[in-house]
Amino acid sequence: MGKTLAEKLLGAKAGKEVVAGELVIAKVDVAFFQDGTGPLAVRQLRKVNLEKVADPKRSILFIDHAAPSPRRELSNDHMLLREFAANTGAVLSDINEGVCHQRVLEDYAKPGDVVIGADSHSCTAGALCAFATGMGSTDVAVGMALGRTWFRVPPTFRVECKGQFRKGVYSKDLILHLIGTIGADGATYRALEFGGPAIDAMPMWQRATLSNMAVEAGAKAGLIASDNLTREFLKKYGREGDFTEIRPDPDAKYERVIGMDVSELEPTVSCPHTVDNTKLARELKGTRVDQVFIGSCTNGRFEDLEVAARIMKGKKRHVKTRVIVIPASREVYLDALRAGLIETFVTSGATVLGPGCGPCVGVHEGALGDKEVCLSTQNRNFKGRMGNPEGFIYLASPATAAASALRGEITDPREVL
Amino acid sequence: MILEGKVWKFGDDISTDHIAPGRLFHLRSNLEELAKHVLEDADPEFAKKVRKGDFVVAGNNFGLGSSREHAPTIIKMAGVSAVLAKSFARIFFRNSINIGLPVLECDTDKLENGDTLRIDLSAGVIEDKTNGAKLEFVPLPDAMIKILNDGGLLAHIEKHGGFKLD
Repeated sequence: MGKTLAEKLLGAKAGKEVVAGELVIAKVDVAFFQDGTGPLAVRQLRKVNLEKVADPKRSILFIDHAAPSPRRELSNDHMLLREFAANTGAVLSDINEGVCHQRVLEDYAKPGDVVIGADSHSCTAGALCAFATGMGSTDVAVGMALGRTWFRVPPTFRVECKGQFRKGVYSKDLILHLIGTIGADGATYRALEFGGPAIDAMPMWQRATLSNMAVEAGAKAGLIASDNLTREFLKKYGREGDFTEIRPDPDAKYERVIGMDVSELEPTVSCPHTVDNTKLARELKGTRVDQVFIGSCTNGRFEDLEVAARIMKGKKRHVKTRVIVIPASREVYLDALRAGLIETFVTSGATVLGPGCGPCVGVHEGALGDKEVCLSTQNRNFKGRMGNPEGFIYLASPATAAASALRGEITDPREVL
Repeated sequence: MILEGKVWKFGDDISTDHIAPGRLFHLRSNLEELAKHVLEDADPEFAKKVRKGDFVVAGNNFGLGSSREHAPTIIKMAGVSAVLAKSFARIFFRNSINIGLPVLECDTDKLENGDTLRIDLSAGVIEDKTNGAKLEFVPLPDAMIKILNDGGLLAHIEKHGGFKLD
């Protein structure tokens, strides 16, 4: 019987043929924490005298959520993670390295892997055709220590995409539109599998945005077949040897098939306070924006910054709109420097910060004031997300964010392209 | 196991940011302090009002968002004996079982704020003693019952030396 990507990937790591619904114990290839979930994980392992990791080279502790630390409690948390890395041989990715999900794409995950991260957006590595999913501290701690975890093989929604994006429209608009259509719990316990001609043609940076936001529809994973574009991406990071081609079977059984023609999409925005509360950017014209954030594990890659810089080049931000730009990783930062993007942003009045999660998690670097409005390229706009329950967060693509930064109000990027 | 307590009712889409907001990130290694803020962004007074044994009752997609296990942990630390909702977000659901907090999927429409509930976990029955309504909850998957019965994931691993779920 034909298999979905989820069935193929989990079956391979469980060492047997599996179908949706089945419980499996699977080998874990990559396991990671970040600084918000790692300290609890370390304490849990210590409680049961299990301070060890099964595969040190692929067990990673990322300091990205509060990097660099804004206060002593978090500095102490960071010390605990550095100590755990020293004790176990696990890899420490310190404050200079960037957001865990981007780093996992660059250096750790490969097609066919099972990847578990103590961060809900760990599904990002599904873009490389890894079965990647987010779990809590204890689950990942145990998985990292034993090199195994348990899963229920999820049923799959196939998102079949055809057509070509119009100018100013990106995969961010696609995924916001999809979540707006099926709802923030529309794919709970399911795997989303993105495919079709529009996905085959989609570059890796835009695929990563799709997989990253699968969890915002409730999904366990956001999977994409590996192909030549996957190989090219791995090659850029010196990992061409990690490539294998994995595709779902043509006769795979899907619980649901959702057809999308991407040519019909327009720049899309999620409005406060849920991701599925979507409108078109042009319908929100006139909405004041106090802060724009361009970055995050969703849209902080080089090409995202390039799209935004192209719009902002030679222009100034609106006088009442602050703009924060954060490259997702050190590599992205270096690429952006070499390409002159950082100079473009700084000249246009943006504040460029070091790689990390930045204001997305509400810890530091751009918390909102009461009644302030932020337009962000991040993945989540829940009440309180950016440090203040009295703030309002809209989500959009880097193009929409850059256009809005110039106008000081939510702006369809096609108006400035 | 029998649970008894009062209902604290919440709506749909209560996220982990409502339960354990990011602005309190620095309290994650001080759970007792963080627990004083549990559900603060949905009901600022909740932590002060809740009593040991009470229930958090909500609509759809409870616990959506971040993987922070601190969210179910501080709900449990606040004395809540179970969370009842029409549906749960996946990571929150699994985290709750791992730390030993019962999460029950049921039709919560008939349960009103302040009602007294009696829940028989093994029989799978919820009784609203205030209005007489009786409800059933969706049984947990077998693997999760095993983990919950062992006292959570760490206890399960300690007891069996690894996963023993079949």
